[in-house]
Amino acid sequence: MKRLGPGLILALVVGFAFLYLPILALVAYSFNASRLVTVWGGFSTHWYGALLSNQPLLDAAWLSLRLAFVSATLATGLGALAALALARHGRFRGRLLFSGMVLAPLVMPEVITGLSLLLLFVAVDVERGFWTVTIAHATFSLGFACIVVQARLAGFDRSLEEAARDLGATPLVTFWTVTLPLIWPAVAAAWMLAFTLSLDDLVIASFTTGPGATTLPMRLYSAIRLGVSPEINAACTLMIGAVALAVIAASLLLKRGQAVGG
Amino acid sequence: MSAPAAFAARWSRLVVAVPYLWLLLFFLTPFAIVLRMAMSDADTALPPYAPHFEGFATLREFISKLDFENFRLLADDALYWDSYLQSLRLAGQTTLIALAIGYPLAYAMAAAPRHWRPVLLVLVVLPFWTSFLIRVYAWIGILRPEGLLDMVLGGLGLTSEPLRLLNTEAAVLIGMVYSYLPFMVLPLYATLEKLDRSLLEAAADLGATPVRAFLTVTLPLSLPGILAGAALVFIPSVGEFVIPDLLGGPDTVMIGKVLWNEFFSNRDWPLASTVAIVLLIVLVLPLALLQRARLA
Repeated sequence: MKRLGPGLILALVVGFAFLYLPILALVAYSFNASRLVTVWGGFSTHWYGALLSNQPLLDAAWLSLRLAFVSATLATGLGALAALALARHGRFRGRLLFSGMVLAPLVMPEVITGLSLLLLFVAVDVERGFWTVTIAHATFSLGFACIVVQARLAGFDRSLEEAARDLGATPLVTFWTVTLPLIWPAVAAAWMLAFTLSLDDLVIASFTTGPGATTLPMRLYSAIRLGVSPEINAACTLMIGAVALAVIAASLLLKRGQAVGG
Repeated sequence: MSAPAAFAARWSRLVVAVPYLWLLLFFLTPFAIVLRMAMSDADTALPPYAPHFEGFATLREFISKLDFENFRLLADDALYWDSYLQSLRLAGQTTLIALAIGYPLAYAMAAAPRHWRPVLLVLVVLPFWTSFLIRVYAWIGILRPEGLLDMVLGGLGLTSEPLRLLNTEAAVLIGMVYSYLPFMVLPLYATLEKLDRSLLEAAADLGATPVRAFLTVTLPLSLPGILAGAALVFIPSVGEFVIPDLLGGPDTVMIGKVLWNEFFSNRDWPLASTVAIVLLIVLVLPLALLQRARLA
């Protein structure tokens, strides 16, 4: 491979600077001792300490984590089943509708997903809160989980499953002892994707939540509307750090899975 | 049927049925409710709203009550026209700018030494994983009066007074390009990376200048990537709510924000539903394009 010309190096530098400088600036200012965002008052972790005493924010963060945990687990289970249905169970009645429903939430504007689910919850008259948001998040991240698992199912050797079946294993035993261990990295990656999607969502949660269930993005959103403050920067920095760790863990998992399963 | 075979059939049905039922209940039903709501009148559909369904006589009555009143209202009011047009225009501009930044970036990534590429790919995707809200917030800090941009430009002596970019259309464009750039770069990179470089050598051997080789070989061959990237940027941009709300000004009325306001501020649920249905209709064409690009 030839070495990159100056023009291409410039394209890389400009592109990545555009992607990363805003985030770096945000992180840098979370360590600013001054409350004024325009003045650099020296290095300080003051704002991280202030976060610890911000009870509403901590409550919202804890709620969001629990919610993301439950909805990601639901979405991954349903998404993996949907992927199995599409990849292994060939033609069944209503397959076209099924694959359409799996993939539609991927491109559906969030305002519409949120509005439609809220109207359902109102129509059946359930109390809105933790569980309605969980269901909403599971529904919209199911499609993402399905795609991740489906890619993995498409990539591995089906004859392994057939061999297990020939040796007398029931479909369920085959699934537990052959299929699941092989698609496991993708399932884990799908779970992490669903988890971050849930943690990140503002619009759908705003529509489907009720009093008493304010998620972290909703809390951040109302704080941001009031203006810039170093405390928000500190909260954002912590979230960026957590996500970066999760992404690195997920990509390592997927890589290991590829090395083992081929 | 033998016992194991019956069991296999049951398992098979279960695998399909569980997610199927979930999606029917939580995707298709809500959607039907939105459609019904869009054709209802504001006074009969105000919350608390309960569906009336008692046999077919009421069904006929129910159907006779549905109308396109809200759609007519939408078509007659310039506000809605303007916001749809503005959304489409801003989404189109976002797509073009993202293409202008994303194409050289994807091209350089595909031309980079092989062992760099996975790292570059992760670097493109990583910002996408951080919260959407955080990325928009980062730009508020940069664009606001006496924010980072003003500081840097003022410090360099390039500007003497604040640029006042925040709460303008330009800020919305910057925010949307920034948020959706990975969606443009990834499909472009995928097609450019597969591109057979010997074709370019052949073009050069036959006397084509690099520019001409790019225009006649690389560009047409990367068209599927361009289409997929454009659709992936355009579609979420049209319905965007957070970015126009936080970075835009009073004159940026994108359709996602209109829907949000109809719902949360005006509490007109039927009209909000109508806005949603029309938004979906607007998106059918780019969605069809995306589908074609994926098949290509």
